[in-house]
Amino acid sequence: MSILTFKQGIHPEYYKELTKEKPLKKANRPKEVIIPLQQHIGAPLDSIVKKGEHVKKYQKLADTESFVAAPVHASVSGTIKSIEKIRTPSGQKTLSFIIKADEEDEEVDHSLKTNKEVEDLSPKEIIEIIREAGIVGLGGAMFPTHVKLSVPEDKKVEYFILNGIECEPFLNVDNRMMIERSSDIITGMKLMMKAAGVKKGFIGIEDNKPRAISNMKSAVKNEDNIEIKVFETKYPQGGEKMLIKAALGREVPKGGLPLDIGVIVNNISTAVAVFEAVNEGKPLTERTITVTGEGIMNPTNLYYKIGTPIKDLIEKAGGFQGEPAKIILGGPMTGSAQQSVEVPTIKGTSGIIVLHEKSVAKFDAKPCIRCARCVDSCPMYLLPLKLSDLSQFERYDELEKYDVQSCIECGTCSYICPADRPLLDYIRIGKMEDMKMKK
Amino acid sequence: MNNKQLIVTSNPHIKDSTSVEDIMWTVVFALVPAVLAATYFFGLRALLVIAVSIIGAVITEYIFLKIRKKEIVIDDGSAVLTGLLLALTLPPSIPLWTAFLGSVVAIGLGKQVFGGLGYNPFNPALVGRAFLTASYPVLMTTWVLDGTSTATPLSYISNGELIEIWDLFIGNIGGSLGETSALALLLGAAYLIYKGYINWRIPTGMISSVIVISFLAGANPITHIFAGGLIIGAFYMATDMVTSPVTKKARWVFGIGAGLLVAIIRLWGGYPEGVMYSILLMNTTVPLLDRYLKPKTLGVAE
Repeated sequence: MSILTFKQGIHPEYYKELTKEKPLKKANRPKEVIIPLQQHIGAPLDSIVKKGEHVKKYQKLADTESFVAAPVHASVSGTIKSIEKIRTPSGQKTLSFIIKADEEDEEVDHSLKTNKEVEDLSPKEIIEIIREAGIVGLGGAMFPTHVKLSVPEDKKVEYFILNGIECEPFLNVDNRMMIERSSDIITGMKLMMKAAGVKKGFIGIEDNKPRAISNMKSAVKNEDNIEIKVFETKYPQGGEKMLIKAALGREVPKGGLPLDIGVIVNNISTAVAVFEAVNEGKPLTERTITVTGEGIMNPTNLYYKIGTPIKDLIEKAGGFQGEPAKIILGGPMTGSAQQSVEVPTIKGTSGIIVLHEKSVAKFDAKPCIRCARCVDSCPMYLLPLKLSDLSQFERYDELEKYDVQSCIECGTCSYICPADRPLLDYIRIGKMEDMKMKK
Repeated sequence: MNNKQLIVTSNPHIKDSTSVEDIMWTVVFALVPAVLAATYFFGLRALLVIAVSIIGAVITEYIFLKIRKKEIVIDDGSAVLTGLLLALTLPPSIPLWTAFLGSVVAIGLGKQVFGGLGYNPFNPALVGRAFLTASYPVLMTTWVLDGTSTATPLSYISNGELIEIWDLFIGNIGGSLGETSALALLLGAAYLIYKGYINWRIPTGMISSVIVISFLAGANPITHIFAGGLIIGAFYMATDMVTSPVTKKARWVFGIGAGLLVAIIRLWGGYPEGVMYSILLMNTTVPLLDRYLKPKTLGVAE
């Protein structure tokens, strides 16, 4: 079988071995959860519970009339201690429910359950359940899944891709899911394909996950329309534009969506969330995380209740080892550094990585020697050194010519720069300034 | 848990460990076979010329950085590399003061006046060599091998004489210190291409166009490859990161353009050798080439 790949990209150190053989375990039930209202890209939610109110597990806490939104639910039963602004993993303060967990953990009557058999559900009904369950893209983007699956009538979707690439170093949640829950993934994938009306699908996996590949292959043995495609281990292979280009040779048009070229891409963990919502009536209140890095005593993979403060999960992984210098939520290439261990996990949180000072990248910029390693690595074929320069010297009007908005912020240019220039930081500033000029 | 110590900076949080110094010193290392070959064919004097040229480059770099109140970065390998490359383009019999002067000009006029590493438009070693060629034409064209005066292979060719390809390849022939042994230069270049520190498109374009033009003009392409400074120029000077293009298409044009100029100067120009001027001329086109030969962004229609 041929191994697929895209042009350019990088081969960072992966550190996957820290947790790749660690089965998913359940984290302890938290004593308190912090659930931000905004955990998706889209319209803001309105609270439907009040301070002091008792809520049951799986009870809906906030929703909106808008279509492009995903409601949030209580991951534990307990009392709403307060509704206040809390710093979330993005670094911004967001209105959040703080729930003090009680002992009972009583579940709300399964609001998602229908009387119909799963096989009899119509695409529209599946999409309704997915929205009601608050499912968003669990790869980290947190775009509401039901919106992605609601294909406009004028678009024809040919391929449904499930993204099991997990190209970020350190992370193993999708890998473990594929090893441990292959049949649930396929069930969830088929539900999504039915919802979106797509006939053909494949699952993309990097060749550094041989067990996931073999388990997923057995799981699709009897599926005529789903295949497993193997990709070279290279960053950022998991970016949907790179994934589609490598597998199908198609390019997502500048400023467009995969939908424009007949493709829908979803994450492995999202498929499991769909399975749990439709088959078990569970809203998205639990997901998986890799807690790892040299600064963690026992690197591990966990199921956790969304809203659990990260300190609880670090503790479950044996606590810190040595002096923590940087705590990253998500992967080390695109994740965000945290100021505090009090920060809550949200729907998109797939990793906690703790690094010692010696391993933290430092961007003490020296002059660019035009080595072009950034140009030769950029997966979007941009000129990072040029974009960074234009931004640094405030020549913002020229950024458009160099397709600055096509930057996917994967971090490859900064990673590879031998002069330690913070290229992505400058490009981000450039993207914002370019947007301002277009308004 | 003490949170005060945490570093909060943006992504990426990890980094490739290759530094500018690594790249510069690796190129210096790759030139060791050429230095050894020069010493073998021209004796210990070759080492002396190389040492003087490097010392001149480093001292000049130091003085300029000091005057400009910049961090002293003479250990980054770039000045050493410039001094070494310049020395390898000099005749073995060159007076030591000339080599020293050349490297002072290379670093001073070729690099530091523009703002130091990364800002110079021209290859500094070639600026130094151009200065010496213009100022001391006789010293720069006196060739000695085994203690006797000789001509360079390119001047033999101009005179219609035959030379052994094998002698050309291993370097047993008159010429500049490092230009003569193609074998030693190619060993180092292969390592640099493997490491990704020099781009293969530039030398490929440059040497191919010399082959094509010399063949069309009825000259022997093989001698044109191995005689003179084409190998060292194509692999070590035209590929200088600071002064060559960053896009793939521009690198092709840059390489092919430099090769065309070499062939034109050699075959129809007044000099037997044209590598130095062809690269310096192509250096001037780099901003233009990079500007008009951008790669096509993923998702943008042709």
